[in-house]
Amino acid sequence: MPKYLILKHYRGTPATVNDVPMDQWAPAEVDAHMQFMDEFGKRLEENGELVDAQALSQEGAFVRANDQGTGPVTDGPFAETKDLIAGWYVVDVDGWDRAVELAGELSLAPGKDGRPIHEWLEVRPFYGAPSATGD
Amino acid sequence: MTGPFDEATLRSLVPSVIGVLVRRGADFAAAEDAVQEALVEAVRSWPHDPPRDPKGWLVTVAWRRFLDVVRSESARQRREVATELEPDPGPTQDADDTLQVFFLCAHPALTPASAVALTLRAVAGLTTRQVAEAYLVPEATMAQRISRAKRTVSTASFDRPGDLATVRRVLYLVFNEGYSGDVDLAAEAIRLTRQLATLAGPDGQDPETEGLLALMLLHHARRPARTRADGTLVPLSEQDRSLWDTTLVQEGVDVLQAALARQQRGEYQLQAAIAALHADAPSTGETDWVQVVQWYDELLALTDSPVVRLNRAVAVGEADGARAGLAALADVDPDLPRHRAAAAYLHEKSGDLATAAQLYAEAAALATNLAERTHLTKQAARLNSSAGE
Repeated sequence: MPKYLILKHYRGTPATVNDVPMDQWAPAEVDAHMQFMDEFGKRLEENGELVDAQALSQEGAFVRANDQGTGPVTDGPFAETKDLIAGWYVVDVDGWDRAVELAGELSLAPGKDGRPIHEWLEVRPFYGAPSATGD
Repeated sequence: MTGPFDEATLRSLVPSVIGVLVRRGADFAAAEDAVQEALVEAVRSWPHDPPRDPKGWLVTVAWRRFLDVVRSESARQRREVATELEPDPGPTQDADDTLQVFFLCAHPALTPASAVALTLRAVAGLTTRQVAEAYLVPEATMAQRISRAKRTVSTASFDRPGDLATVRRVLYLVFNEGYSGDVDLAAEAIRLTRQLATLAGPDGQDPETEGLLALMLLHHARRPARTRADGTLVPLSEQDRSLWDTTLVQEGVDVLQAALARQQRGEYQLQAAIAALHADAPSTGETDWVQVVQWYDELLALTDSPVVRLNRAVAVGEADGARAGLAALADVDPDLPRHRAAAAYLHEKSGDLATAAQLYAEAAALATNLAERTHLTKQAARLNSSAGE
């Protein structure tokens, strides 16, 4: 079965339909969102499709090596305009269509006023191992 | 062994059995492996066939395993060293090296993560798989970490006394950071600290180790009230205090009082004293905040820790009002984790809700775990939605 990365972004995607920052929601709406995410993760696990799920802090920096003999160079914290990954699911599913279907479900997580966010998710296939019969 | 099979009792024998093997000439790494194998055997056979002398049983089985390994290695190397390592037929020595194994596993040459891993295996008797699950890393990664740690301490002398402070720090880390997998690491840390407290000190008592034990017991007592069923955090002020474990609170207070009576104060005793004042109060409002601040003053004088300074500012806010708390916060490094959360709380208390909401949102972005991020986001959401009404 092929693996796919379903990537969530803090920013850097096209604008969503219901694009209100979470601290402007009602507390009960935050709870409803968290419950949706929790249930989504559990459902993936029960389906036998979940490989990994992780959430990333907004903090961090870019790092590269400097000239020999001096320490690495950092650039950050991240500028407002940069694409910023918020987290991911790795799923092991029947194929592309199923991965897209799952990302579509995730996109409907409830937001402000209980309406779906219609968030953009990025879906990326993993490279697999060469198949034994493929030569 | 009488009564039902108790795995914690079995595992409490592990460091002592490793000690016996090392005294008989095994190197620490090989002794530790052999004892792990004996443990697996014990878990299989003890429930239906409990030994009369559990420690003697473990020593016999572990020593046999150790010799098997030595013999097969020496056969492979075509050398005859096994004859030097024939089993000692006499009874095991009276000397108990449990404390030496605690010291070795918290050796200052180890990184904190390695010391924690080695302690959980060689002192607590957990399997590599259990330790790996607890810290959410692959088992192979944890196995490497543990074997590297064993190599690091393999040249350390078993006879030189170690430093109790390094052991306490490792146990505190285990208590504070472990929360996943099928092993209750907080309970495990309490078990080991209890064991350490009975071993430490010339008369079997060490006030700082007792202080650490008291601190753990008092925090552990609050655990049932600290999270809701859905995993969200409940702050101290909103906790249902009837859920606190009064037996653990009482034990924590008793252990702390005995420690304080020895008149050698240290940071764990002082932190435990603060936790005891919270445990004693029916609500946040009825907490003796003036005394809490006094303990923080003493803790600050002892440690000069920025985190203590931050927590003290919040306590000052309760004792002398939000403005005094904000004034105390002005002396605290604003880059500290949770600085904004504390500032948000004090601003809300002072009535400046707009600033508080903004600070809660910033604090959420800086949170180091999801439960805290959600909690802080909801604080901001609460203030923002009540402002809009």
